[in-house]
Amino acid sequence: MVHSARVLALPNPKIPAPTRQTALHPLVPKPVSVLSRVVRLGTSVATQVAPPVLTIALLLLLWQMLASSPTSALPSPLKVIDDSWEIIVDPFKVGNGIDQGLFWHVSASLIRVGYGYILAAIVGIGFGVLLGQSTLAMRGLDPVFQVLRTIPPLAWLPLSLAAFRDGQPSAIFVIFITSVWPILINTSVGIRNIPQDYRNVAKVLRLSPIEFFTRIMVPATVPHMFTGLRIGIGLSWLAIVAAEMLIGGVGIGFFIWDAWNSSLISDIIVALVYVGVVGFLLDRSIAAIGHLLTRGTAAQ
Amino acid sequence: MAYLKIDHVGISFQRAGATTEVLRDVNLSIEKGEYVSIIGHSGCGKSTVLNIVAGLLPPSQGGVLLEGRAVEGPGPDRAVVFQNHSLLPWLTVRENVELAVNKVFRGRKSKAERRDWTRHNLELVHMAHAENKRPHEISGGMKQRVGIARALAMEPKILLLDEPFGALDALTRAHLQDQVMEIHSRLGNTIIMITHDVDEAVLLSDRIVMMTNGPAATIGEDMHVALERPRRRLELVGNSTYNDARAAVLEFLYARHRAPTLAA
Repeated sequence: MVHSARVLALPNPKIPAPTRQTALHPLVPKPVSVLSRVVRLGTSVATQVAPPVLTIALLLLLWQMLASSPTSALPSPLKVIDDSWEIIVDPFKVGNGIDQGLFWHVSASLIRVGYGYILAAIVGIGFGVLLGQSTLAMRGLDPVFQVLRTIPPLAWLPLSLAAFRDGQPSAIFVIFITSVWPILINTSVGIRNIPQDYRNVAKVLRLSPIEFFTRIMVPATVPHMFTGLRIGIGLSWLAIVAAEMLIGGVGIGFFIWDAWNSSLISDIIVALVYVGVVGFLLDRSIAAIGHLLTRGTAAQ
Repeated sequence: MAYLKIDHVGISFQRAGATTEVLRDVNLSIEKGEYVSIIGHSGCGKSTVLNIVAGLLPPSQGGVLLEGRAVEGPGPDRAVVFQNHSLLPWLTVRENVELAVNKVFRGRKSKAERRDWTRHNLELVHMAHAENKRPHEISGGMKQRVGIARALAMEPKILLLDEPFGALDALTRAHLQDQVMEIHSRLGNTIIMITHDVDEAVLLSDRIVMMTNGPAATIGEDMHVALERPRRRLELVGNSTYNDARAAVLEFLYARHRAPTLAA
């Protein structure tokens, strides 16, 4: 009896299986395609968005726990929001002197960076082309540039203050001198790396120097140039905060220094978030412009 | 008077104080419409010969005459198809050819004529369908075809092919060789081709110029290939002229002038 029961029990699960399949098949395509799309969207959101959100949440939690003790020297996230609520909610505040909203501080810094950086881009690309094309210029200028580029940005500040006798041009000069080197060096490397084949093509076609510059040199060098421009913008943003701490006036750097002098640690933390986000956006926007201009040339 | 004359050409390179003589006393005359292959072991200086004819390298001794005029510097009358296609990656297939067409025919052809001429040359190599693609979007064989179209579009007096099929797989290579033969028979171009492929040299050439090994390499033998055109690779398999020519080149390369690096 037991044996036969076993034998009977075996085919039993097999019988419903085909019927289940035939019953489901016509139903499968419609609901699953919509459902799977939703599921796929859900998983992509979950895999893309969840990790950073989770990481940030955990870091904030850790920070909250570490800074919660009454003896803590630094404020917890909740305390930062509580202390600095005024500057968080009103970034466009217009006050007297340096009592401005964070937006105005950041934009003052950005304007300085803009002047210095654009100057650096023009000079850096210009000299980069010269050094890339002329071996003689390379031999003469490269040692000088290699020494100058190792000088820390802030070391230039006293000298530029002595030369310009004013904070604003001095800060712009510091930005310029900080960001010019990577732009210059990457541009010249890019030009040196133009394949000999492309130069030969230009020679066989008898391209004029101007045609060679616009049709071959610029497109071949743009990817390198943008590597330099991207490093340059990052360094400028690093240097501006430090430079502004020393020259004073409206600007995110001096805002931080002023907050430190007034023991407003929470304000410093809010300002640092601004500095970080703006730096990130600067980097991404240069990268995006580069990507747009080098479309199709990167792949070889 | 030969169409192209390479006259007692020699070249030496100086590096770190040492002088290396690469070519010595190279003499070659080529008639209009001839297809001449230069074959030799790698490093023997066969590409250097081509670069001297192209004007990309100035010879240390002797000179090159094209239609009786001395070659000084590169120019579109001696178009080169480079080994690795050397298309500009930021331009589309059409723009790559157009760059050459616009440069060579500016002032001589109208804008519409130049566009038609570009299109015509792309059609000649069967690449018109991909004119808006960029080089990285097409295969190696297609790139080389565009390179050939670019060179043909310059209407050169002499076409210089620098191991044009070297980087391609065997099937693509055969296909391209057939296309080059077809173009040669249609347009009657004068062609110098650098190769290290014996079958390719015999199949395509009217003459095969064999080079000795460097340093101070020179022309060891200059052999006429007496095969009727059009040539079809399948029909040549058992052809005695083909086989004799092939054997002569093999004998030169592997018995009389073995590659020095391989001899050891």
